Amino acid sequence: MSEQSGNGGTNWTADQPMVSIKDVHKSFGELEVLKGVSMDVMKGECICIIGPSGSGKSTLIRCVNALNDIQGGSITVEGQEVNDPALNKLELRKKVGMVFQQYNLFPHKTALQNIMMAPVTVLKQNPVEVEKRARELIKKVRLEGKEDNYPGELSGGQQQRVAIARSLAMNPDVMLFDEVTAALDPETVKEVLVTIQDLAEEGMTCILVTHEMGFAREVANHIYFTDKGVIVEHGPPATFFDDAKDPRTQEFLGQIL
Amino acid sequence: MLGIKTPMAPGVRGRQAQSKTDLPVLLAFRGKNNKDGLFVHHDGRLFVDLKLRHGVMIFAVFALWCGAAEAAKVGGFAWATESLFNWAPFILKGFSLNILISVFAMLIGTIAGAALGLMQVSLMAPVRSGSWLFTQFFRNSPWLVLLFCVMLLFPFEIDLGFVIIPIPDWIKAVIGFSLPVMANISEVVRGAVISLPSGQWESAESLAFSRRQTMWMIILPQCIKRMIPPWINWYCILTMATPLCSIMGVEESVTHTVQAMNALGDRPELLGPFYFFLLFIHFVFTYPIARYSITLEKKFAVKI
Repeated sequence: MSEQSGNGGTNWTADQPMVSIKDVHKSFGELEVLKGVSMDVMKGECICIIGPSGSGKSTLIRCVNALNDIQGGSITVEGQEVNDPALNKLELRKKVGMVFQQYNLFPHKTALQNIMMAPVTVLKQNPVEVEKRARELIKKVRLEGKEDNYPGELSGGQQQRVAIARSLAMNPDVMLFDEVTAALDPETVKEVLVTIQDLAEEGMTCILVTHEMGFAREVANHIYFTDKGVIVEHGPPATFFDDAKDPRTQEFLGQIL
Repeated sequence: MLGIKTPMAPGVRGRQAQSKTDLPVLLAFRGKNNKDGLFVHHDGRLFVDLKLRHGVMIFAVFALWCGAAEAAKVGGFAWATESLFNWAPFILKGFSLNILISVFAMLIGTIAGAALGLMQVSLMAPVRSGSWLFTQFFRNSPWLVLLFCVMLLFPFEIDLGFVIIPIPDWIKAVIGFSLPVMANISEVVRGAVISLPSGQWESAESLAFSRRQTMWMIILPQCIKRMIPPWINWYCILTMATPLCSIMGVEESVTHTVQAMNALGDRPELLGPFYFFLLFIHFVFTYPIARYSITLEKKFAVKI
């Protein structure tokens, strides 16, 4: 999947960062949300971005698949510049899957149809093969028997797992998770986190914005702490949680742990 | 007062909180438990909630009135009722033209309005603002003036050199009525599209759907449900407006009623029965459609 990707033919290789964010600046009008953020994500890594509300976490990962544009700096996905005006956004989004806080399933389609729609319509794949894969994905997110249910008939946790399966059906190289458990009941949070943990352990490159510290500690390879548009501190989970250097990180961790 | 427990179904409230539109798209106010009352309190205001039995009551009053007239044999009342009976087929024939005009005007208005509504949500600013202006112009013009313009400005025949195509005045009425319908349907379409949560667009975008695919496969199928009740509502409004074209001499129900009364010597006792009959046939045609629209509105308000 890492070979030539159709768009400009970058010479990216797997030993380079899969997602590289360099000095990214982003403003909404007067409000500067990202003030020079940098991070590298290698293939197969699971990265968690944590931080207080309004610190620009969600904005940052939305920039990675060009849902938001950036005003300065550079973001590359597999060597491809996201901020390039000539970029074919559709080609980029075939490689970058995203799951949202509010699930955003298509309510007029069943769970199975939600999963099948993009591969059949966008990638023009054979519907018979796509359906086979979609059923495997349903099994993978532990939703056997819910294939023909509409999103309105599923619980929040179930909907979110369909949303994950829907994104995986495109065979993305990177998955973005934007506070995917924030709208869920405490009991259903776990079923979604387990699904993501399985993915990370299978070697999927994941970038998560999350408030689940226990999950971040257990699953992430690297933690980034953002506050007021900058990365205050980052490191492997053990160092980050037990040996935070910056007073702002210490204060944040002190409040939520 | 009338034993209403919840003024609004919980699903409806959630729906309203989510939608961003200022347009009349599915903003149902009707409660579920107002089984008894003609009057319904909601938000401190009083609404009239007509049920089928109220329609039956109106009919009963009319029948009773006719019967009483017959029994009393006062003056020309019995004669007027009898004349109405004789002339009813003629009036109903006129009414069939009202239906014909409304169906064609709705057809043209819906097709043109859907296209115009989609242009209003275009990404291209000139298309968007142009179609917005066009919509607003026809939406805010008096129907009667639009009708006059079309009927007086359009030729009564088109000469193609080798053949002359006559344009009957009811066709011109169809065009005149389709203009305001088009503008209002355009707003219904725009309102339905923008009332969908932006998350639908975003998730489609992140799955690499093109804008066109998103619109046709994800947005519009969800909009249809939201558009049907206001669409039916506009059909009812249009049907009730069709007698306007009698002013221009189109041979529809009002014109035929006036002609019938002319033929009977324009006696004043004819006015009551004849106009009441006219109102009655319009009511009988439109009311079930309006009821159906409310049923649909309730049905769609629960599911999302």
